[in-house]
Amino acid sequence: MTETAISIRNVTQRFGDANQANAVLALDDVSLDIKKGEFVCLLGPSGCGKSTLLNIVGGLFKPTQGTCTVDGRLVDGEPHPDKIAFVFQESTLFPWYTVIENFHIALKFQGIAKSEWDDRAMAALRAVGMASFARHYPEQLSVGMRQRVNMARGICVGTDILLMDEPFAALDEQTRMVLGEDLSQLLAATGKTIVFVTHSLAEAVFLSDRIAVMTARPGKIKTIIDVNEPHPRSPDFMLEPRFSELRNECYALLRDEIRATVAAQRDPQPAGA
Amino acid sequence: MERSSFASRSVQFAFLAIVAGAWYLATETGSVSRLFLPPPREVYAALTRLVQTNSFWAAVLVTLTTIAKAYAIALVTGVLAGYLVTRSKLAVRVIEPVVSGLFTIPITLFFPMFILFFGIGTGSKVAYGATYAFFPIALNTIAAFANMEERYLRAARSMGGNSWQIFRYVLMPGALPVLITGMRIGFFICFASVLGGETISSVAGVGRNIALMAELMEPARMYSWILFVIVTSVSLNMIVYNIENRIRDR
Repeated sequence: MTETAISIRNVTQRFGDANQANAVLALDDVSLDIKKGEFVCLLGPSGCGKSTLLNIVGGLFKPTQGTCTVDGRLVDGEPHPDKIAFVFQESTLFPWYTVIENFHIALKFQGIAKSEWDDRAMAALRAVGMASFARHYPEQLSVGMRQRVNMARGICVGTDILLMDEPFAALDEQTRMVLGEDLSQLLAATGKTIVFVTHSLAEAVFLSDRIAVMTARPGKIKTIIDVNEPHPRSPDFMLEPRFSELRNECYALLRDEIRATVAAQRDPQPAGA
Repeated sequence: MERSSFASRSVQFAFLAIVAGAWYLATETGSVSRLFLPPPREVYAALTRLVQTNSFWAAVLVTLTTIAKAYAIALVTGVLAGYLVTRSKLAVRVIEPVVSGLFTIPITLFFPMFILFFGIGTGSKVAYGATYAFFPIALNTIAAFANMEERYLRAARSMGGNSWQIFRYVLMPGALPVLITGMRIGFFICFASVLGGETISSVAGVGRNIALMAELMEPARMYSWILFVIVTSVSLNMIVYNIENRIRDR
């Protein structure tokens, strides 16, 4: 029996006052357990609250109701940088620092001793093949290179848990695939627990042990799909029939939710149209 | 890079040479009255005599002290007020347009009031220069901190940075380029307001002497003062520009 790393219990998130017209119910009574070393994707239409859920797990804000515990410790709207690291989109690298300085800041904020900064940073950069770019500024790198660096920044702090908020959303599809493979290999080696937010079906199937498919707003977990495939995964996995089946299964589950999201964003349609 | 900077330097020097040449020709041929514009050699002679007098350096000291005081006040109040406004998004929305609206008013109109309140001595010039320089500094401070991307702050918070660390390592370096621009603009506005104020009404300082020479119909001496101010402000601009670039390149 594997230990639970993250336990989300009846989390509800409302933005604005409940009795106000513009109040938004982002998450509605979500519960989910994530085991140690597991890779879980939160997959859902845009605006379904998947990033909100991730931010609650990471302690960036406190849920309206419900609790989230990480390694038995209550996350109460406070970041736990010793346990949890975030990886956002590549544009969160601080542009006024060089690559290595970006790592130093992350390690400093986490409270790591200064003597370890360089070793840790260089080890993480080597792991993603970016060691020779340590003295570059982010703007001197391509988007794909930046995201490699950004992933390494999240990994270098050495937390057990990594929360990734659509890290590849700004990348083109080919770079995205390569980085996905790299991520799968990197993580198989470290045994971290990952929660990954995406709206890409292929990314979710390729990377995850389990996919939590979410409904349109208010976000709930609709179904959980198991992907029984060991890590690290090779690109060949994408060519297997099982990959397409899982992808189609996800799509079938999502289709209605995407429609519901789109319908809420346009003029009302006449009945029967 | 080297070649293009050489080329632009040449153009800049050529421009200076043309201005000096035009000045020389216009005055030496007698097509401009010496009362309006004396020839360069007379101004130069007046300048060399001027810098050897004690009263010249006393006047320079008065003006520089006034500028330093006015700028120090504008810098502290402008940065502080600007930063405090950015603590709240609502305050930025409400106050920023008011401050930038006030900045469009020619504060010169209120100069007599400054004299009335602070007297004809340096106090009124300090207050006037500080008031004028406050606006660009405050406005750029607001812009520098309010335009900070939310994603950097979120990332910093997720890394466990406390408020002071986030201010010191994320907000400050992110805001610095715009902040420094505001400080530079503020400095030159302060410089110009103090000199202008001295010219309009004062008992001492460089501006006062320029006005006095004009009243005494001493164009060569007046222009020698003006030449001194031009050289000073161009040199200061070059120094500030270099400092600004150095801070940005860090």
